[in-house]
Amino acid sequence: MNEKAMRKHRWQSGIFLLIILVLTYLSSAITKFNFVEGMATIPEAIGWIFSNLMVTQESLDKLPKILEKLAETIFMSIAATTTAAIVSLFLGVFGSKTTKVNNFLSIFARFVASVSRNIPVVAWSLILLISFGQNSVTGFLALFAGTVGFLTRAFIESIDEASQSSVEALTATGATYFQVVSKAVIPQCLPQMVSWVLFMVETNIRNATLVGILTGTGIGYTFDMYYKLLNYNAVALVTLCIVITVIIVDLISNHVRKVIL
Amino acid sequence: MMEATYIKRKKDGRIHLKSGNRGDRVIGWTVISLAVLTVVAFLFFNYAGLELGSALKETAYNLKVMFLEPTLNHFSLEEALYQVGITLSLAFLATIIGAIVAFFLSLLAATNLAPVWVSRIVRIFVAIIRAVPTVLWVLIFAIAAGLGSEAAVLGMLFHSIAYLVKAFSEAFEEVDNGIFEALRSTGANWWHIVRSGVLPSTFTYLLSWVFLRFEINFGVAVAMGAAAGAGGIGFELFMASGFYFDLREVGFITYAILIIALLLEVISTRLKKRYFPTTSD
Repeated sequence: MNEKAMRKHRWQSGIFLLIILVLTYLSSAITKFNFVEGMATIPEAIGWIFSNLMVTQESLDKLPKILEKLAETIFMSIAATTTAAIVSLFLGVFGSKTTKVNNFLSIFARFVASVSRNIPVVAWSLILLISFGQNSVTGFLALFAGTVGFLTRAFIESIDEASQSSVEALTATGATYFQVVSKAVIPQCLPQMVSWVLFMVETNIRNATLVGILTGTGIGYTFDMYYKLLNYNAVALVTLCIVITVIIVDLISNHVRKVIL
Repeated sequence: MMEATYIKRKKDGRIHLKSGNRGDRVIGWTVISLAVLTVVAFLFFNYAGLELGSALKETAYNLKVMFLEPTLNHFSLEEALYQVGITLSLAFLATIIGAIVAFFLSLLAATNLAPVWVSRIVRIFVAIIRAVPTVLWVLIFAIAAGLGSEAAVLGMLFHSIAYLVKAFSEAFEEVDNGIFEALRSTGANWWHIVRSGVLPSTFTYLLSWVFLRFEINFGVAVAMGAAAGAGGIGFELFMASGFYFDLREVGFITYAILIIALLLEVISTRLKKRYFPTTSD
């Protein structure tokens, strides 16, 4: 790197830093975010968490009720993920360059995935809440909509990355489209797809809390209820239950991933 | 002559066509257990007050009204843009502050830059932070620090840090060991190594991770506006659907969110293609 290039480089970094600083200042101004004040509240908040968010004997009495809602949430997330995976499998096969049936279907699959992924889960739950009302199906459908978009993109990428040679070999033997997909493409991509599905189960359990708060179902509703009743001990217990669940699911899926990939 | 390899045979002498290994078995079990759990889930659901037929019909009608006749009734276009700006700003602040904190934490989490026990502690800490959903962090901070943008940014900060620490520390661990040796032989101390060895070789990579997180944070910021009253376009969406029941306005807001999200996705896909050509995530 000669002196001129270095100077240019320095100049560029300077401008980049300046842009970041200006954007930060603008964002703080728009949201009335006070950086110093914000940082100062962290120790205070942590102190508050340790003095108020404690699981007590009294809150433990609510454990069966909480666990029941937690189970509902876990089942809802798993059901949403697996059903979405089935739909995404078809969309993924139609959308991928390797296995597409025709251009129209491919573009259609990608379009559906893109729209369903980019409308946030919150928007889906609020839209569905209007006509489906407060029950598990609303949460299920909201998670389902977001998951289809994400998994379709992941599946398309896995299928595109899979080697072309087995597809060519099978085509050369005169295999039908269905045979090529089921014997060459799916077996090759299955480990990756299962890994993505497990990742989504984990993400959805976390998202289910959010969806639950909005749609009044599952563990999110329980959290919201105790939160609004200012029963912080119960809030702590609910949070603890979620944390333990997420960590267990994380450990299981990491273990499975290690074996299959 | 080639030695005949061992072939697994059935009792009657036929060859096993599928030998099967541990990986295949685990995949099989995973798929079966997920399927069983799904069936159980559908039996377990709380179907209170649900009439599927009419609900589907109603949703189809609602979606039609939302997406074909979007209008604004309760606020002006400028106000809508301003609210989108708030959401983007919340996401931006959480991402930038998160990136700075995550940079220093990930130096402690990278196994080639920090002692093993330090990196293990940081990783456990990050895993616990990640396990608490963002909305709970925001709500907890809302009581502890008072409502306002501070609670939202701080709550979103936690997950941004956790995500970026993982990405950053993996990037640091891939830095060529030769760079460390060369710098150490000149008498460079730890900070010199970070500043002139690690940072220049990973900087663009780190930046694209930060941008990917910004894309995620935009969605999170919308969610926090709706579920935790953090303001911005998410809150307007919540008001339009939950209080005014104004489908046309919900449609307009959804379009606004969709356009921003699509723009961010296009940029991040380009970044991914440029900086992570081999990995898909």
